[in-house]
Amino acid sequence: MTDEPLLRVTALSKYYGSRIGCEDISFDLWPGEVLAIVGESGSGKTTLLNCLATRLLPTSGTASYRMRDGQWRDLYRMSEAERRFLMRTDWGFVHQNPADGLRMTVSAGANVGERLMAVGDRHYGNIRSTAVDWLSRVEIGEERIDDEPRAFSGGMRQRLQIARNLVTGPRLVFMDEPTGGLDVSVQARLLDLLRGLVTDLGLAAIVVTHDLAVARLLSQRMMVMKNGHVVEAGLTDRVLDDPRAPYTQLLVSSILQV
Amino acid sequence: MATPLIVSEVAKAFTMHLRDGIRLPVVSNVSFSVRAGECAVLGGPSGAGKSSILKMVYGNYGVDQGQIIVDHHGQLVDLATANPRTVLAVRRDTIGYVSQFLRTVPRVSALDVVAEPLVARGVARDEAHARAAELLGRLNLPERLWSLPPATFSGGEQQRVNIARGFITDHPVLLLDEPTASLDATNREVVISLIEEKKLKGVALLGIFHDADVREAVADRIVDVTEFAAGKIAA
Repeated sequence: MTDEPLLRVTALSKYYGSRIGCEDISFDLWPGEVLAIVGESGSGKTTLLNCLATRLLPTSGTASYRMRDGQWRDLYRMSEAERRFLMRTDWGFVHQNPADGLRMTVSAGANVGERLMAVGDRHYGNIRSTAVDWLSRVEIGEERIDDEPRAFSGGMRQRLQIARNLVTGPRLVFMDEPTGGLDVSVQARLLDLLRGLVTDLGLAAIVVTHDLAVARLLSQRMMVMKNGHVVEAGLTDRVLDDPRAPYTQLLVSSILQV
Repeated sequence: MATPLIVSEVAKAFTMHLRDGIRLPVVSNVSFSVRAGECAVLGGPSGAGKSSILKMVYGNYGVDQGQIIVDHHGQLVDLATANPRTVLAVRRDTIGYVSQFLRTVPRVSALDVVAEPLVARGVARDEAHARAAELLGRLNLPERLWSLPPATFSGGEQQRVNIARGFITDHPVLLLDEPTASLDATNREVVISLIEEKKLKGVALLGIFHDADVREAVADRIVDVTEFAAGKIAA
């Protein structure tokens, strides 16, 4: 384990006019660490995620990222081209709705292969065999490689989106409600798969979720957000077993026992 | 060698914000230490705060006051104030924990559940599996169950998976939260001998045992938790 973080976020704020999106957020993320951001709709968690992934520009504050060559770069001072390159190679972004992260009218294999071509892979045979390998890692059979995601179920689409994101060996993956629209049995399978992949690949990930069980299963650390602020942060099991902020206590006590 | 675990003047209360901010004191002025090769047992009736103390030492309950000092790779770390990353490192290498209930993950086999702490410390998967199999065998878990996820196991079977997972590493400090609660006599004996082996290896053990026979067999010292009752000074 290295002794430097991968991402450093300092006093990040985003306002929509006079309305707060998120305010004064600071944290470090370390290689291999999974951070969950939880909170209800409108708490600012997705705004924060989008700022971190540079899909939105914050109003103030900084986020620095340690590149593969060890250089620290300010994410909001990079050129558009550099940012795009980072997003295509070293980062992944898993959307809640797979249709937002996939190209629905090209084949499953091409969805995975496209990211590889973006990093310079040109050999068709290699691309196809890597695609087959990744589809099998997300439990999609080789016989489906030429099908379009339109013909896939919701759970399969989400697994395909994950394969598309991970094929380039990113170091940091952003996930926005990755199990959001899925029914529970499909959710469990996806979570288990994600957990395995994150551990095996040593990925760092920032996972936005409103589901505390998802946070418990995937993350080591969590931040609880309300009205754009972090109301509690710490080790995931500490926050869930001994919640201290009034809002966290409300969240934890609202879970239905099965 | 430094004392592996020192708990000093620790206090803990729960504030229930959803119940008009009622403050429930749990323990105060908790002070004791555990030496290498010793098994200290937290004693006292239910509700005295035994589990809370164990959870504070493991870091999944916050600490309001005081210090919990562990010897982590020769450095003294205060778990009461350590950041999450340090707590995780301490859990990986220094403090092991056998919880009362197994938190099962869908689709992960019993053998993988047991081997995981070793794999996390960089042991090769094959070797970790071999050690996991050896422990599960000793604990008489039928071999046909090893490849199955423990979610559907009986209470006693799950507990044995949990024990194997906790005992597989050579953490210098091991916390035991009623590890024998749902075991039959044969398996209780196995756990007693596992604890004896840990002691011989110089591990500092801190446990809760409601079962008097097991407590008699393993305890070198009872730490009376009623001494730390939060209301004691006021009352």
